[in-house]
Amino acid sequence: MSDATAEPKGKSPRGTVFAALEIDTRLLGMIGAFAVICLLFNVWTDGRFLTPRNIFNLTIQTVSVAIMATGMVFVIVTRHIDLSVGALLATCSAVMAMTQTQFLPNLFGLGLGHPLTPWLTIIVGLITGAVIGAFHGYLVGFLAIPAFIVTLGGLLVWRNVAWFLTNGQTIGPLDTTFQKLGGINGTLGETGSWILGILCVLAALYGLWSARRAKIRHGFPAKPVWAEAVMAAIVAGSILSFVGILNAYQIPSRRLAKMFEAQGEVMPEGFTTGYGVPLSVLILIAVAIIMTIVATKTRLGRYIFATGGNPDAAELSGIDTRMLTVKVFAIVGILCAISAVVASARLTFHSNDIGTLDELRVIAAAVIGGTALAGGVGTIYGAILGALIMQSLQSGMAMVGVDAPYQNIVVGIVLVLAVLVDGIYRKRAGAD
Amino acid sequence: MIDRSGTPLVELNNISLSFGGVKAVDDVSVDLYPGEVVGLLGHNGAGKSTLIKCLSGAYQKDEGEIRINGEVAKINNPRDARGYNVETIYQTLALADNLDAASNLFLGRELVNAVGLVDDAAMEAETRKIMGRLNPNFQKFSSPVKALSGGQRQSVAIARAVYFNAKVLIMDEPTAALGPQETQMVAELIQELRKQGLGIFLIDHDVHAVKELCDRAAVMKNGALVGTVDVDAVSTDDILAMIIAGKKPEHLAA
Repeated sequence: MSDATAEPKGKSPRGTVFAALEIDTRLLGMIGAFAVICLLFNVWTDGRFLTPRNIFNLTIQTVSVAIMATGMVFVIVTRHIDLSVGALLATCSAVMAMTQTQFLPNLFGLGLGHPLTPWLTIIVGLITGAVIGAFHGYLVGFLAIPAFIVTLGGLLVWRNVAWFLTNGQTIGPLDTTFQKLGGINGTLGETGSWILGILCVLAALYGLWSARRAKIRHGFPAKPVWAEAVMAAIVAGSILSFVGILNAYQIPSRRLAKMFEAQGEVMPEGFTTGYGVPLSVLILIAVAIIMTIVATKTRLGRYIFATGGNPDAAELSGIDTRMLTVKVFAIVGILCAISAVVASARLTFHSNDIGTLDELRVIAAAVIGGTALAGGVGTIYGAILGALIMQSLQSGMAMVGVDAPYQNIVVGIVLVLAVLVDGIYRKRAGAD
Repeated sequence: MIDRSGTPLVELNNISLSFGGVKAVDDVSVDLYPGEVVGLLGHNGAGKSTLIKCLSGAYQKDEGEIRINGEVAKINNPRDARGYNVETIYQTLALADNLDAASNLFLGRELVNAVGLVDDAAMEAETRKIMGRLNPNFQKFSSPVKALSGGQRQSVAIARAVYFNAKVLIMDEPTAALGPQETQMVAELIQELRKQGLGIFLIDHDVHAVKELCDRAAVMKNGALVGTVDVDAVSTDDILAMIIAGKKPEHLAA
């Protein structure tokens, strides 16, 4: 949707290079901003910011908000808002915590550690999220209550339903297999990560190739071959260096020794290995790919963007916009449940304040990522990048030692500035 | 001459529709034959657009019946109307500004590939074909339609209506936003489509255009039908008198 068009707009050599590569200049701007933030903090912290360890932590801290932000894109694109995602995450988390520690053991005799426990728990959580989300969508779409009000009410209701379900107590520890989905407790290891990286590269190359083939088959102008090659090199390089960095974060030897002990083996002398790609990041990658396909390649996605661009036109084209609203909110509900899995697994327990203020982080991530509150415009990758930028700012400032109130002041200012800059960019770029 | 001996393509019989006590359309009957252009005339608020929206599915009539090819048609939403091959070019064009021409042309009827994903390349190829016929100057296939001129946007809306083998075409002030050259293009298109046997309802304010393009003119005032006349049997002044005074000319009243 926001893909740069094939016609070169700028006449400067740089403009034509970007035009030939067909890279979205907005995306480029965001990556640039992200790079500046990273380099700035890296200098400020004497090189501690861009270490494998910190990049690993940054990644797993971003996952939960990023997953929900991809759904928030759909909500905002259809001109709605969802203020309840943090509270919904809490309810899903509470339901899943109670399911694995109370309901499954008491009703079916499946205790923590039973192989079925984590999967049944996750299914219950996903259903909870989908049902609550669909209910919000029903209130907004069919009963015409503004989404702002429905989800503001939802924020209060679901935050406290979570409290009610757990009596306000912290529930834990959670199932050990379940915990693997949170981050550091479950990673692919070095070999697995390289295999994943290579698979991702192959998939990306296939995607580029089949897009080019489709263009040529219909006789549309295609990018020059050098531009395709540069794009392929950039994509492959980014994927493999990301995997390389996560692999470079070494598991502490004491922890390794314990892992060997747990399996009844003795750690060989001088053995070291990296963490690799966390399973939670794998979940985020899967969500990102699926949501991007939904947004750009399915009728549902096309209708979401059409409805955001002109609700009347969508209606007159025969699109059931009310049912569409239900679907959009149900998608957000499911994503909140997935985020609840990741967030509670990362903590290894369910706490009463899990997901507090996440609604604001999620909305901010989507907006920084270029989703327009007026509707009709937004990208999945933008929202994920937005979440990453927010998280880098926050943890960078924490590393530098900025006091908590100042951190929030900075994040707030950045949010407003991002929207201002985006607005100016859109005007400059004309209609695009 | 239009052959009006067979079954009409569309019959709107005794249609009524109220909005909160106000009768926007009051017991109006109009019919349309294949290859015929029927102009709908009247002041703003006379009920022309409202009447026609009952046929396009945007509104639901309170009373009366709609027949298409002689059979009672149930039209509850725009999707139903499309199912009867009734296509509409709305005054507002009803385009999603943030999407490109192909996405708008196929909105609600996307072409999909074997696994059910939308086939953008195929849709763009089809769009290039039909735009090549309607508006050969059209080149902006990858821009969102908000980047297009009024005439280009209009041609996207027209392409959408004629691409899907329409039998009945509703045009709500199709030339309101157009320059003289583009208006001429629309006039030629209307002549071409009627030769293919389509029936066209044309809503317009311009009495001269209606006299030139239409076979019959139906005039409405305050929600009610003043009368339907053969445009060749009346002068523009007669039609104006019908619009303003709400009376049929005397030489036809008998």
